[in-house]
Amino acid sequence: MVKFLPLKEAVAENLHDGDTVAFEGFTHLIPTAAAHEAIRQGFRDLTLIRMTPDLIYDQMIGMGMAKKIVFSYVGNPGVGLLRRARDAIENGFPRTIEVEEHSHAGMANAYEAGAAGLPCAVFRGYRGAGLASVNPNIKSITCPFTGEVLAAVPAIQPDVTFIHAQKADRKGNVLVEGIIGIQKEAVLAAKRAVVTVEEVVDNFDDLHPNLTVLPSWTIAAISVVPGGSHPSYTHGYYERDNAAYLEWDEIAADRDRFQAWMQKNVIESRADDFAGRVEHLRKAA
Amino acid sequence: MSELGFTPNEMMTIAASRALKSDDVCFVGIGAPSAACNVARLTHAPDITLIYESGTIGTAPDVLPLSIGDGELCETAVTTVAVPEMFRYWLQGGRISIGFLGAAELDKFGNINTTVIGDYAHPKTRLPGGGGAPEIATSSRQVYITMAQSKRGMVEKIDFFTSFGHGDGGDHRQRLGIDTAGPTLLITDLAIWKPDPVTKEFTVVSLHPGVTREQVQETCGWVVKFAEALDETPAPTELELKTLRDLHARTKAAHQGTAKGKAA
Repeated sequence: MVKFLPLKEAVAENLHDGDTVAFEGFTHLIPTAAAHEAIRQGFRDLTLIRMTPDLIYDQMIGMGMAKKIVFSYVGNPGVGLLRRARDAIENGFPRTIEVEEHSHAGMANAYEAGAAGLPCAVFRGYRGAGLASVNPNIKSITCPFTGEVLAAVPAIQPDVTFIHAQKADRKGNVLVEGIIGIQKEAVLAAKRAVVTVEEVVDNFDDLHPNLTVLPSWTIAAISVVPGGSHPSYTHGYYERDNAAYLEWDEIAADRDRFQAWMQKNVIESRADDFAGRVEHLRKAA
Repeated sequence: MSELGFTPNEMMTIAASRALKSDDVCFVGIGAPSAACNVARLTHAPDITLIYESGTIGTAPDVLPLSIGDGELCETAVTTVAVPEMFRYWLQGGRISIGFLGAAELDKFGNINTTVIGDYAHPKTRLPGGGGAPEIATSSRQVYITMAQSKRGMVEKIDFFTSFGHGDGGDHRQRLGIDTAGPTLLITDLAIWKPDPVTKEFTVVSLHPGVTREQVQETCGWVVKFAEALDETPAPTELELKTLRDLHARTKAAHQGTAKGKAA
């Protein structure tokens, strides 16, 4: 049964040292508040999975929490590089991390295979691409009907997935809308899923019948965290804080400045602080 | 540039926009391709279908997105689909006519590196990686590439094959069983390039106004081949320039506008 919990408890109950964890969000609905709570609780030796690691994995890697990252784009979208992730990969600072790199098509197919309960995903990909020769988890398989050689990658099945979403109803069903990305697949592929939402409403009776709704029994815990995806955004609630993404490039460029920022904005902050961070990004009614 | 009335980058974006048609279905890379695609949509190709890898199909943003997943893309799209559907049904399914990519490093056969500078296991610089590009490069019916010229960017040999172009040239794509055309057009800030029909090496077919052959060679890391009949790219029209500049001005205002304390 899904539980409505304060974020601190939802994270403590569902994430453990050494877990394979996905904090998913394809630019939209990134579960920043959940990631920051994980940072405050100081988990170690995590395998971090995400198509587009961006700021929250830069922060977790910079805090030395990651043993391995599995990804398909390790950049700050539209801005440039992820400087803490670079420092770890290039210089082993603050610790060395293993890297498993895919393409978006590879990761998307692997999550879908995970949700479908398959051991691997099969697709037409990586043709001529260098990744196939540096990632031993990219293999090929021959179609038994046509003889076409296709790419195969192992399914992604995280111990736990965290996502952010628009809202839950009182029963714990969750609505995801806008750029839905890989949210549904990441939840259904995982052993446990934790969802932060902007708000809880009485019921979903007035929703269009074909929207993306995750039934309550697919989710372990829900935490209400308004603004919980900042500086990412929540469609219908507040806009992406593009200026914060630009600013992150400077913060993360310097090890000391990074630590000072993390201390002030993560370690000494609380989930409740997110609501104030999006006030200026809410559209006028 | 001031005597020409436009910058090399503006010329690049506008020349790239002209290559797109209203009936194209274009998978848009972020950065320079995104600007070119939207200038095309706002000028001569109003019905072009622009697709971003976040799942937005038929999007018509008023400002250029900073990321491939800005809310503006979804709000203005015909429909927004999940990321697995985007890559499986729409890209792999053969629905994309043009894949439009930028590049950190490019070789003369249109192979692109956005993964690492140096050795993969011990990189000198770890770049963001491929994202959607490896499959965009092989599943789109053809690929356009746009980038500003530099000796660091246009190199004899790339450090990593993020996205496959024409490989070692000739029929390398066919030999790998790839049945799409691959890179058919390269638009830089100095020239327009097309692959040689046989060797597949990019060849300059048109110089932008005021650009010399020497300038193209000085900013390119391989020995440049020029077509026998070399054209001059028509200068940007007033409408093209105004459209591009207005787009950039709206974009700048929008992205700075979200900074704290500057809220509208």
